[in-house]
Amino acid sequence: MRYSFFSKKLVAVTLLITGFVSAQSHEGEEVETGAHDLKTQIKEYIDHHLLDSHDFTLYSYTTDEGEHKYIGFPLPVILWDNGLKVFSSAQLEHGEGVAEAGGNYYALYHNKIYKTDAEGTINFGGHHGEETHEEDAFGENLVVDDSHPSNEKPLDFSITKNVVFIIFVGLLMFLMFRGVANNYKKNSLPKGVGRVLEPLVLFVRDEIAIPNIGDHKYKKYMSYLLTVFFFVWIINLLGLTPLGVNVTNNIAVTFALALITYLITTFSGNKNYWKHIFWMPGVPAPMKIILAPIELLGTFIKPFSLMIRLYANITAGHVVLMSIIGLMFIFQNWIGSPLSFVLAFALSLLELLVAALQAYIFTMLSALYFGMAVEEDHH
Amino acid sequence: MTIPNIVGAGLIVIGAGLGIGRIGGQAMEAIARQPEASGKIQTAMLIAAALIEGIGFAALFAA
Repeated sequence: MRYSFFSKKLVAVTLLITGFVSAQSHEGEEVETGAHDLKTQIKEYIDHHLLDSHDFTLYSYTTDEGEHKYIGFPLPVILWDNGLKVFSSAQLEHGEGVAEAGGNYYALYHNKIYKTDAEGTINFGGHHGEETHEEDAFGENLVVDDSHPSNEKPLDFSITKNVVFIIFVGLLMFLMFRGVANNYKKNSLPKGVGRVLEPLVLFVRDEIAIPNIGDHKYKKYMSYLLTVFFFVWIINLLGLTPLGVNVTNNIAVTFALALITYLITTFSGNKNYWKHIFWMPGVPAPMKIILAPIELLGTFIKPFSLMIRLYANITAGHVVLMSIIGLMFIFQNWIGSPLSFVLAFALSLLELLVAALQAYIFTMLSALYFGMAVEEDHH
Repeated sequence: MTIPNIVGAGLIVIGAGLGIGRIGGQAMEAIARQPEASGKIQTAMLIAAALIEGIGFAALFAA
């Protein structure tokens, strides 16, 4: 019994370590090879990591012949351009090819799909014009390409990498909680994954929902609070794996989450809530007139800050972590590289905390706003 | 990114840092005085810190 428990632990630890090692080598491969200078390459790699992409690439390298090889799989591209166009992103060849669908040609430029001709020409006739030179914070000359392509952009509903992982987390949560919920019908004691989830669910109920919303009304909001808590948490944790997922540092995702919070708050606002916005009780009449627009603006600022907070925290974490890993390839000696490894390891642990903390804060503030909306008059 | 932008953002981040530090310190003091209220104090501390942090990030974006 004891032996098997130990061997399980050992396997878990080994898996964890291989995970970390593969993460390091995964970040490295792209940077080491290629022609242009290391710093720009690291910058490019970080920028690339922060963007959503039309294919799921685990790993890529350049062969001796200068050919780019990608290991991963393509994802479906769904466009609306006078009719639905569906094709595989393998046709785009990671921005190097031109895809043909229904007589139209499409090509990738900076991870966005543009309509082109058969050769895949991107025209730059935009109002920004020529390439401009700019200096960055370190006083180095950068070539900033701020000219926008004048090509037509079709509406893009593609299943991108982010969408894949949103669907994946959704399915995972559904299966997990479905199983746990079914188990409670038979037995009041949780089994398996339920033993981990029960304290977390109770935490959201007892520490987040009840103190902020109140004993009588919290039940209505529990489903949303639990969903958002586990969704943000799981997807933040996935962002720390070597898969290269980062969904919550896409501002559109956090915008959607904040929008749902805003809509629930607005629609569950009672008479008392609106009175406190438009005609604040207990202050002189001229003050009420001044306060009304400020309070009204406040209702928009609250979800806006939710959106920015989650997005910025995760983005900042990823950028710092990847920069420190990038330092390894700049130092390339026996002192700098282990140091940056240790730093990256410590930061990864910090990011584990941040992943949970941001999920907690998002849920907490959502609950606070719902609580404000349903609060009864005390006067 | 121009120099005034960066300096302004830096000043705001310093302010936000001071603010969060003060919240953390005061929360510590409060917990030391009343350990039984630590849960409530922590919650209030996190909310206040999150709100100030938001301003810091807004500054970073504006820069």
